[in-house]
Amino acid sequence: MAGSDAVWSAQGTTPDAIEAALRQLLIERHAEDDNYVPARVLNMIAFVDREWTGEIANRLSGVGRYHASRLVVLAYEPRRTRLDARVMVASEGKPAPGQLSLLRETVVVELGERHLDDLLTIADPLVVTDLPTLLWAPHGHHDVVTELLALAQSVLVDSLDEPVARDALQRAESLAEQAYVVDLAWLRSTPWRERVAATFDPAPLRRELRTITSVTVRHHPESTVAAMLLAGWLASRLDWKTSPLLNDGTALAGKAHGARQDVTLRLQAAPELLVRGLEDLTVETASGRCMRLSRGQGGLRAHTRDPRGVKREWTIPGASRGESGVLGEGIRQSLLRDPTYMPALQAARTMLP
Amino acid sequence: VSVASGVESQPENPLVEGLERLPVAPTTLVIFGATGDLAKRKLLPALYNLAHEGALPGRFHLVGVSRKEKAHEDYREECEQAIRQFSRRTPDEDVLAALLEDIKYIPGEFDEDSVYTKLEQVLGKFEKDAGEQLNRAFYLSTAPNFFGLIVGKLGEHGLSQHEDAEVRVIIEKPFGTCMAEALELNRQVLSVFEEPQVFRIDHYLGKETVQNMMAFRFANGMFEPLWNRNYIDSVQITAAEDLGIGTRADYYDSAGALRDLIQNHMLQLLCHVAMEPPVSFTAEEVRNEKVKVLQAIPHPTGEDVPEIAVRAQYLAGNSGGEDVPGYLEEDGVPPSSTTETYAALRLEVDNWRWAGVPFYLRTGKRLARKVTEIAVTLKPVPHLAFSQEGSLGVQPNQLVLTLQPNEGVSLRLGAKIPGTRMIIRPVNMEFLYGTAFLSQSPGAYERLITDAMRGDATLFTRNDEVEAQWLICDPIVKAWAQTPGPLATYKAGSQGPQEAELLLREGDHWRAI
Repeated sequence: MAGSDAVWSAQGTTPDAIEAALRQLLIERHAEDDNYVPARVLNMIAFVDREWTGEIANRLSGVGRYHASRLVVLAYEPRRTRLDARVMVASEGKPAPGQLSLLRETVVVELGERHLDDLLTIADPLVVTDLPTLLWAPHGHHDVVTELLALAQSVLVDSLDEPVARDALQRAESLAEQAYVVDLAWLRSTPWRERVAATFDPAPLRRELRTITSVTVRHHPESTVAAMLLAGWLASRLDWKTSPLLNDGTALAGKAHGARQDVTLRLQAAPELLVRGLEDLTVETASGRCMRLSRGQGGLRAHTRDPRGVKREWTIPGASRGESGVLGEGIRQSLLRDPTYMPALQAARTMLP
Repeated sequence: VSVASGVESQPENPLVEGLERLPVAPTTLVIFGATGDLAKRKLLPALYNLAHEGALPGRFHLVGVSRKEKAHEDYREECEQAIRQFSRRTPDEDVLAALLEDIKYIPGEFDEDSVYTKLEQVLGKFEKDAGEQLNRAFYLSTAPNFFGLIVGKLGEHGLSQHEDAEVRVIIEKPFGTCMAEALELNRQVLSVFEEPQVFRIDHYLGKETVQNMMAFRFANGMFEPLWNRNYIDSVQITAAEDLGIGTRADYYDSAGALRDLIQNHMLQLLCHVAMEPPVSFTAEEVRNEKVKVLQAIPHPTGEDVPEIAVRAQYLAGNSGGEDVPGYLEEDGVPPSSTTETYAALRLEVDNWRWAGVPFYLRTGKRLARKVTEIAVTLKPVPHLAFSQEGSLGVQPNQLVLTLQPNEGVSLRLGAKIPGTRMIIRPVNMEFLYGTAFLSQSPGAYERLITDAMRGDATLFTRNDEVEAQWLICDPIVKAWAQTPGPLATYKAGSQGPQEAELLLREGDHWRAI
């Protein structure tokens, strides 16, 4: 980092002392150069297993400009009895003349099981009042999440992390009753949803949305939830009535009921895939039109067949965001509201086998 | 599908709900002046960044048209170099390859019919391959004297309309160099295209901070009750640059500060400050309100000009610690040039809201610092109970909206100096965009190209806006042309000419640049 980090640390400390240290470091940075200004966008509380703190730090370092302005990492080690803390106030670089340099604050608090009962009183003083707060617990800890939700307006989850699709969808829906859910599994499908929406946006094709006859999604074996959310999105946006899909041994398959006809749904795991997420989406309409999107080099590969049977293929440019890009997008999305996730999630739940 | 008044409307696309990026219809973009500076520095990098983000239409083709003879492959190579050099992010090789793969180039003079015949063929081939009609967007990134010619040729070759698809023309500034030219250009353009097909670029309008002014004014209840002549004393709009004219002597010497910035960008800023809340944020409603502001500004007469306008040229001086030449010593500038490098105006908006409030506009090259800001000074409080002795005094509140470089809003307030005495001094309450948002603003051209391809004209200038802008500036241009010199001067790196003080109403001051 071209800039400098101001660091404070203490063992056997208290939230008050940590908060005072934060304030003091900010005052010192400002005194050093008044073009250092603290970013004030978002608090993020990450509750993580201490042994994985480094891995989480690596993941967060990849999110670039989407870093929360104050990150509070609660690093959990069950047997720990003492509260230790480290505070960093980092700048992106020395301010150029007449330019500002943003300061971002990271607080790492190491705590144990004995602190869990009073976790709110530890985390509360460490977040910036009046800023929205995002909660993330990448290693599970559902009870802790429930406790900390009192501080947060949004919660970051990755439904692909749950090994069982039913548990993942149920968990997301239950969290959504208490906070806005940002689901990384949902965000990975954004480019796919954008392209399907765009494909059917020209006026003559909008009518064909009501005549979709089949949807096939191929996905990584551990990404069934991503496929279900995508199918759930189509079902909820197009008012399809959905019912449980059946596992036919190679895929989850079944029918949804549209206003004009049934829609054949097929969510097929592709064991050869190395990367989590979606691989391929095929949508067919009653006119014989077929639109297929698949992952490709430099963007999604579009394959179409028109009602006369003419086939075409081309690349729609777009860079892969990578997992850190998706995480960064998740942090950014916590400041927005997508009204289509919950209906998609609910539709996906009705399709659970 | 709903049917009303016998007209069948299109069904909604329910898949669009919740998406941040709205779909853009399949489009072929044709850049006239494809090898020019603007194309290389702004348009091609903007297109790459849109491609990187997956924000181009699902079907997108690019055609370059320019005078230089070269093959498609050579042009693709030029595009690649420009993108690598000027893109705001390092290109992803796969995305870059996908974007460049299909670019076509048509060489020729803009008055040659063969250029347009070839263009028709290329456009037709793209559509045949796609199996659908593609929207067409013609971007005129040429010298302004070609605008009318190209538009005329597009019309002659039947390229201004396309069955079952939209055709749009995007026109770079300057839109005329005087009222007569602007009128003539509008006449030429509108004899071929309908107004809704025409997108006149003012890249200032693509800047996030300019767009945010409307959010600032109309999404916050605390400012609008004060936003009138009863509470506001004056408005000062500054667009100062610390740089000189660089390599742009040809353009700049024929334009000058008034045409370069005030006639378009700064009058747009004034409109954003002074406009009434639009009924909705549609292109037509927003532009209707802006036109009303321009129409409320009295057109100066020749006699008014010395009272309301000041021009000046920079002399040699010092900028950023370096000695720099004066304007007349710059490369390519005629030694007898009377082109202004600084212009300041005092305008009034004669309507119910703003009558009597001066709007000061100033712009210049080689000033003390680069800053673009709008400063709104409120009227002083009616009675001061505090002693002014021993303090900087109680100064009127001032709201400053900074567009660059540190985008933000600052409010000057009076506050008590800590101590036993009640002494007041001004303090600033600051809000900085950079500290409050995670997102990076897209480049202005990325936003404007996308909007033009989507047919959203909110951030483009309408024909009546251009004409209303010229009605204000044209008398000044003419008066200055009739009194060619000597011009007032200012030292490079300074605050501007002393003469600018003469524009100010008694008690008003220019803010320090």
